[in-house]
Amino acid sequence: MSEAEVLDLGDLEIILSRHSSLDRQALIPVLLEAQKPYGYLSEALLLAIGQALRVPLAEIHGVIEFYTLLYNEPVGKHFIRVCTGPVCAQVGSHQILEKVSQQYIADSTTTVEEVPCLCLCDNAPAALVDEVPIGNIDRGAMGTPGELGREVGLGFIGGEERWLTKRCGSVNPEDIDDFIALEGFAALRRALEKMQPPDVIREMKASGLVGLGGAAFPTGLKWEFAANAESDTRYIVCNGDESEPGTFKDRVLMEGDPYSVLEGMTIAGYAVGAKKGYIYVRGEYPRAQKILQNAIETARRMGYLGENILGSEFTFDVELRSGAGAYICGEETALFESIEGKRGFPRLKPPYPTTHGLFDKPTAINNVETLCASAWIIANGAAAYRARGTDESPGLKLFCLSGDIVQAGVYEVPFGITIAELIELGGGFKGEPQAILLGGAAGTFVRPEDLDLVLSFEDLKKAGHSLGSGVIFVINQEHDLRSSLLSLAEFFSHESCGKCFPCRMGTQRQFEIIEKAVQGEANKADFLALDDIRYTMTNSSICGLGITAGTAIGSALELWPDVFAVDHG
Amino acid sequence: METIALEIDGKRVTVASGSTILAAAEKAGTDIPVLCYFEHTSSKGLCRLCVVEVEGATTMQPACVALAQNDSIIQTRSENIDRIRRTILEMLASTVDLSESPDLLEMLLDYDAVPERFQGGKQLLPDLIDDNPVFIRDYAKCVMCWRCVQVCAEDAQYAFAINFGGRGFETSIATFFGKAMPETTCVFCGQCVGVCPSGALKAKTEHLLELGALPEEIFSETRMRRKSKRRRT
Repeated sequence: MSEAEVLDLGDLEIILSRHSSLDRQALIPVLLEAQKPYGYLSEALLLAIGQALRVPLAEIHGVIEFYTLLYNEPVGKHFIRVCTGPVCAQVGSHQILEKVSQQYIADSTTTVEEVPCLCLCDNAPAALVDEVPIGNIDRGAMGTPGELGREVGLGFIGGEERWLTKRCGSVNPEDIDDFIALEGFAALRRALEKMQPPDVIREMKASGLVGLGGAAFPTGLKWEFAANAESDTRYIVCNGDESEPGTFKDRVLMEGDPYSVLEGMTIAGYAVGAKKGYIYVRGEYPRAQKILQNAIETARRMGYLGENILGSEFTFDVELRSGAGAYICGEETALFESIEGKRGFPRLKPPYPTTHGLFDKPTAINNVETLCASAWIIANGAAAYRARGTDESPGLKLFCLSGDIVQAGVYEVPFGITIAELIELGGGFKGEPQAILLGGAAGTFVRPEDLDLVLSFEDLKKAGHSLGSGVIFVINQEHDLRSSLLSLAEFFSHESCGKCFPCRMGTQRQFEIIEKAVQGEANKADFLALDDIRYTMTNSSICGLGITAGTAIGSALELWPDVFAVDHG
Repeated sequence: METIALEIDGKRVTVASGSTILAAAEKAGTDIPVLCYFEHTSSKGLCRLCVVEVEGATTMQPACVALAQNDSIIQTRSENIDRIRRTILEMLASTVDLSESPDLLEMLLDYDAVPERFQGGKQLLPDLIDDNPVFIRDYAKCVMCWRCVQVCAEDAQYAFAINFGGRGFETSIATFFGKAMPETTCVFCGQCVGVCPSGALKAKTEHLLELGALPEEIFSETRMRRKSKRRRT
């Protein structure tokens, strides 16, 4: 290992000294931090990291290969990551990618990459230039990275009544006093001073809140399961790995109202009996990470995190963890694996996270929006929460409008409104609508004729749809629906973790058949094979990614059987 | 010992509580096809060939890891189950070389699989790796059952010489930076070769014999290589 002798390990020592426990769970943070000063993760560097953290080299290699934001070969000092997700793809992101790639082809200091979805869909087409999110890129005018486009702000937030987003955009997210001035920490105060943990759980159950990340599991019940699980240690995990194409609501909450996320986590910790919480934020959200890290440190300094919070007996702290480029880590058990320093392979269930979660301990894992809603409920009461929405879907929900809509953005509206009403709030369609993707890449398509569909869990379920992460992505007649389907197929084949056979091979074969179909070369047998693939993925995959990897495409083929010219020969 | 009773394909069977559906089926004399499942490695439920229908369950259950429940009624073959098994087998056979996986070849026939329907799709057929005197690695035949990685790690040897490369469809078995086996932490215990079900890992001697090498050539080659073998200190 002659390379080791010449590698200066000074920077690594500084990085390692910042970590309190040098073991496997520190692996991904250390890898992410180390590749900054060293440029990339060389053999010699990994040898040193492996020794320090006691992780076998083959396993470190396996981890690096899994995550797209970890590099074991030289890369540029600067990065331009162009989003080619379905929303950006329909406004020319592939041409942008090509143009930018050409521009930097001879420039070894800048690496140009394609990202499957940056979740900047309200500002499509978008890119991430180093750590700056850039949006509304003008395909014509491009020179230096700075000229690609402007840094996007928080984005448009709509809705007549705003509960979770009321502070977003109107307070300085860095300033804890701004938060406190607008009823911030009122919920935490109420919980700690006036409620026992079982009271909090009772209130949560009474509110009827269910997980708003897509799975719709009753939040109060989840907390109760975790609280009742036998263990000396419990964890709260906030899932901020928002990566579902068409979704950007959690980014708006994390960047616009970070203390509210922490407040929700702390209340969850109190209810469940956890002393430690992790907030896992996707690696492509550097700005949200910065804002949250500042919020964590400030809250700790001001006594809202740490020991004896607000003078109570309760102790709770939060650690921010960065994702490293893997959509699958939004799946709860894959997320645990990632925090534990492993490849993001989903685990088999049962056992469930509430008994065997992070580090095999009882864990309550909730989506960002769910935790913000929890804080709102504890501040305002379950009855107030139930005063809006429907019986089975109480409260307000954040929807993400993107694509061919006059005003893309996050809309906070009561459950129970129709798609048409929501579209109207967004200023109406741009052009003549062709198709609407509901729920995300893992969702389903609806036709422009079906706009009176009611947006609630029960109504959508009845109609064979799912609310997913609240995505409403509009595709108008000017776009080729086949390209959108190809984009979705490509997304899943890129993001399948490769653990279970149906999804590992099914997402690849699905992509190949759609690719063939776009070229007009698919025959009837290919579509029968596609049906089999979809059936197999849906009914035998380990996790939600595989289960839903074919649903959007399947629904499109059902609604528009003639979308592809089929060679019946 | 606490026992439970259940019905598998119409046959009543009593097993110890905590048994998997696969174990219960075996006791009932019912054959459920498996690929990644192996008695001596921890079950990961990867291949999903063993899915069965459990009455009342919303999803199909992987028999190798799902526990048998008292009074449950299980079907191990149906049109839907066969459709899943057939499709998985077809996708697998169109991806890698199954010529040395006799069980899978038999299964392909049993389920009327037609791998040709995925003709033209991407295949995973890397070159054979012959980098040590003990065994060869022919990953074109790898079915990704994970057994080699498992026995190299906590399931047996704790050598941690191999793990995964790539992701998704491209997931492979890999060493640190693709290094040759002698340059890894491999202790040449041979356990990975022993558990490989598809001929991807094979004793060097067997490989050379198949190539028609004479015994003295085999001896000389493996001995020469052994002398120059480098080991991490």
